[in-house]
Amino acid sequence: MAKQYVTTIVNGDNVEVLCDPTQTLLDVLRDEMDMTGTKEGCGTGDCGACSVTLDGVLVCSCLVLGIEANGKKVETIEGMAQGEELHPLQRKFIDHVALQCGICTPGLLIASKALLEENPDPTEEEIRYWLAGNLCRCTGYHKIIEAVQDAAAEMRGN
Amino acid sequence: MRYEAPETLDAAIGLLAGQSGQVKVLAGGTDVLVQIHADMIEPDVIVDIKKIAEMREIADEDGAWRLGAAVTGKELMDNAAFNAAWPGVMDGVRLIGSVQVRGRATVGGNVCNASPAADSVPPMITSRAIATVIGPNGTREVPVQDIATGPGKTSLEAGEFVVSFKFPKRPARSGDAYLRFTPRTEMDIAVVGCAVNLTLDDAGICTDAIVSLGAVAARALIVEDAAKALIGTPVDEAAMDALAAAASAAATPIDDKRGTVEFRTEVAGVLAQRAAAIALERAKS
Ligand code: FES
Ligand code: FES
Repeated sequence: MAKQYVTTIVNGDNVEVLCDPTQTLLDVLRDEMDMTGTKEGCGTGDCGACSVTLDGVLVCSCLVLGIEANGKKVETIEGMAQGEELHPLQRKFIDHVALQCGICTPGLLIASKALLEENPDPTEEEIRYWLAGNLCRCTGYHKIIEAVQDAAAEMRGN
Repeated sequence: MRYEAPETLDAAIGLLAGQSGQVKVLAGGTDVLVQIHADMIEPDVIVDIKKIAEMREIADEDGAWRLGAAVTGKELMDNAAFNAAWPGVMDGVRLIGSVQVRGRATVGGNVCNASPAADSVPPMITSRAIATVIGPNGTREVPVQDIATGPGKTSLEAGEFVVSFKFPKRPARSGDAYLRFTPRTEMDIAVVGCAVNLTLDDAGICTDAIVSLGAVAARALIVEDAAKALIGTPVDEAAMDALAAAASAAATPIDDKRGTVEFRTEVAGVLAQRAAAIALERAKS
């Protein structure tokens, strides 16, 4: 199988990798770029652990071929903190203990960030519907919702 | 596996026609990549049609909408004018997968994946949208209900694919709606789905109706008796009872872990009534 060059901008950096056309974007991030922050839960679009944004659109990276990301911008969990400074969502997830094992957390953070960009003041119901594609088997979701609401309030400046 | 991303319809036709091994058209990929992952398919060539401009457009052609087959659910949800024109189609689109899935998944893919439970298919059928299908022998027009022939099977011939869907102009006082039953509100597969599209005259009498059921047969059905139950009535209680009876009578579901035959048959009638009530409200407003 002929490998193909894929050029993407990942978290603002130009990245060029050689990848097999059957590899998903998730495979390419984890196995070719050594960016293992994005997790694989199901590989079939059901759990959201692999959430990233592609040209600003929230997607499951397990449902995108690496080669489809050619020429596009990818944002992953590795780009969320600014150096040592955590994103408000990351801080609030810690403050509210919105994680236990943590495998769902990168996906939930990326999905929550996408929500707040579209809707800075979501209701609890809107958060629950938006995050329906992100499964968490540990927390029971309640603390996640609280963390997102708290981060949203801080980001709105109150 | 080879990956090709043609930028014109002609290039795509050439690629799809010229292949010997298994060829798969890739739109949003939310079904195709799962099938590859599960080793259900092992395509030799993937033809990604997302770079073809005509297939990405949502256009209002003087009240008759044309929807490119590779437009994503999210792009459609972001189009306020289309949402206002076809709220019932959007009821279905909004129920497809998660936010992440709708960021990729397309209505064209939902139709061509040919799942009997696909949420956008019953309201696409009741909209009377016509698919423009292109292939090595030229272009043909196919009503949406004639695309799927059974689970995972379509009437598309080798090398053919759907380019776009053309919606008819809507008469005044028309409304459509889609409802489904699922144990979870999101991220679930319809146990039963029902779409209703109707038109009223200025006295509030239903002059035209079309009803489609999903997930209760090998493909989404058009239930003519259910439409007849509404036409000529003010969509009152008697008409609603007749509608429910016709919808339940037309359902020929299977028993599976998601629902029994009895349950699905009953729910088909209930959903038909509730969808008709919403369509009626929308027709009046
Ligand atoms: S790994 Fe992609 S949705 Fe589960
Ligand atoms: S913290 Fe374990 S799955 Fe969410």
